[in-house]
Amino acid sequence: MITVKDLNKSFGDLHVLKNINMDVDRGEVVVVIGPSGSGKTTLLRSLNILETPEEGEITIGNQSMDFSKPSKKKQIVEFRKQTGMVFQNHNLFPHFTALENVMEGPVTVQKVSKAKARERATEILTKVGLGEKLDAYPHQLSGGQQQRVGIARALATGVEVILFDEPTSALDPELVGDVLNVMKELAQEGMTMVVVTHEMSFAEEVADRVIFMDQGAVVEQGTPEQIFQQTKEPRTQQFLNRIRK
Amino acid sequence: MKMYLSNIFTDPQMEKYIDIIVSSFLPLVKGALYYTIPLTLITFAIGLVLAVITALMRLSNMKVLQWVARAYVSIIRGTPLLVQLFIIFFGLPSVGVTINPLYSAIIGFSLNMGAYNSEIIRAAILSIPKGQWEASHSIGMTNFQALRRVILPQATRVSIPPLSNSFIGLIKDTSLASTITYTEMFRKAQEIAATNYHFLLVYTEAAVIYWIICIGLSFVQDRVENRLDQYVAK
Repeated sequence: MITVKDLNKSFGDLHVLKNINMDVDRGEVVVVIGPSGSGKTTLLRSLNILETPEEGEITIGNQSMDFSKPSKKKQIVEFRKQTGMVFQNHNLFPHFTALENVMEGPVTVQKVSKAKARERATEILTKVGLGEKLDAYPHQLSGGQQQRVGIARALATGVEVILFDEPTSALDPELVGDVLNVMKELAQEGMTMVVVTHEMSFAEEVADRVIFMDQGAVVEQGTPEQIFQQTKEPRTQQFLNRIRK
Repeated sequence: MKMYLSNIFTDPQMEKYIDIIVSSFLPLVKGALYYTIPLTLITFAIGLVLAVITALMRLSNMKVLQWVARAYVSIIRGTPLLVQLFIIFFGLPSVGVTINPLYSAIIGFSLNMGAYNSEIIRAAILSIPKGQWEASHSIGMTNFQALRRVILPQATRVSIPPLSNSFIGLIKDTSLASTITYTEMFRKAQEIAATNYHFLLVYTEAAVIYWIICIGLSFVQDRVENRLDQYVAK
């Protein structure tokens, strides 16, 4: 489903992604962990071309982006349509209601009729537990509810891959559970997911594969068991020890 | 000054002053309704379109567009409005371009509004968090779609207070059109005062009418802001 080949990205002198290679199969849930500054968020954002790597290739579905060549805007727009993104700070559209936020992609981008989009958006919002908040504006919702609208918005265009950028990091602890439950449900339904998170219990429970990154490189990857219990990598061990304290 | 004021209240011809105020009121209000306000509305609308285009040119990636927009804003902001009006109305005829007072005023004021408001709109667009662009792109929008559906609607709310300011400024600036023989409210006042010599009375009356229009506008501004505030956290 996703293939990343020799991806490199720098911010000025800072080499944030060093020769990243990775594959994600259809229906797989991949959790990317690592200390802050390890490049995990940049990697995730590259998959949606919110960051433009200087070198390397990303293939999602049947579309490829080769970053060593200049890419056309149109190509980038088309490429992005295959993935949905959930942001740390949700980035909901504040001037739209929850329902309008979710309808926006289908109506504006996919030219679905408003009636159909409304029906579908209602369905998705109900599924993430917000069937009673359809007409609420983002500022009227709690952080956890906002983030679930964010997930619904990402789902609405019928994408096959959803990228999660620390979806629970900005939430009050008691609200984290609701969001994680929605994500678990998605995973069980076979959605392909790439998740950057600090929620290790989520990674252990839901991930098919865990990738550990440090200083812009993939240090190791494997099943949650291999990473969390059997790692031989000193850097992984160090990181896990620090967060388990 | 003091003498004149005390005269007003002791003058047996008090009735005459009231007569002057009453008789000039209708022509002045007519001047406002038929000329000042339409001129303001038309030039503000044209100016707003110019301003949005100019702001987008400044924000575009193309150097040429950026420079054209910069030059335009710099020239208009760096020269007096009165001088611009004189160049258009009195200057251009000498190179064979004669424009009537109304169109001269529209051109002059619109160019002016376009330049000043473009900075307001540019700042408003830049004030919208980057995450809004990213979220728009993440659901597959093009730059244009993101601008139209997400960025500009939010930027509009941000720019209403400064735009109202510039609108109110424009209403008063239209009095400058009197200097290029366009008979708006202030030129009407000049004409009336020139025949009855009661400059203080008539000009003060004109001032009061400008003020009332501006009070009305501030009221409209409040209403619009409240309407657009429904989605903003309080």
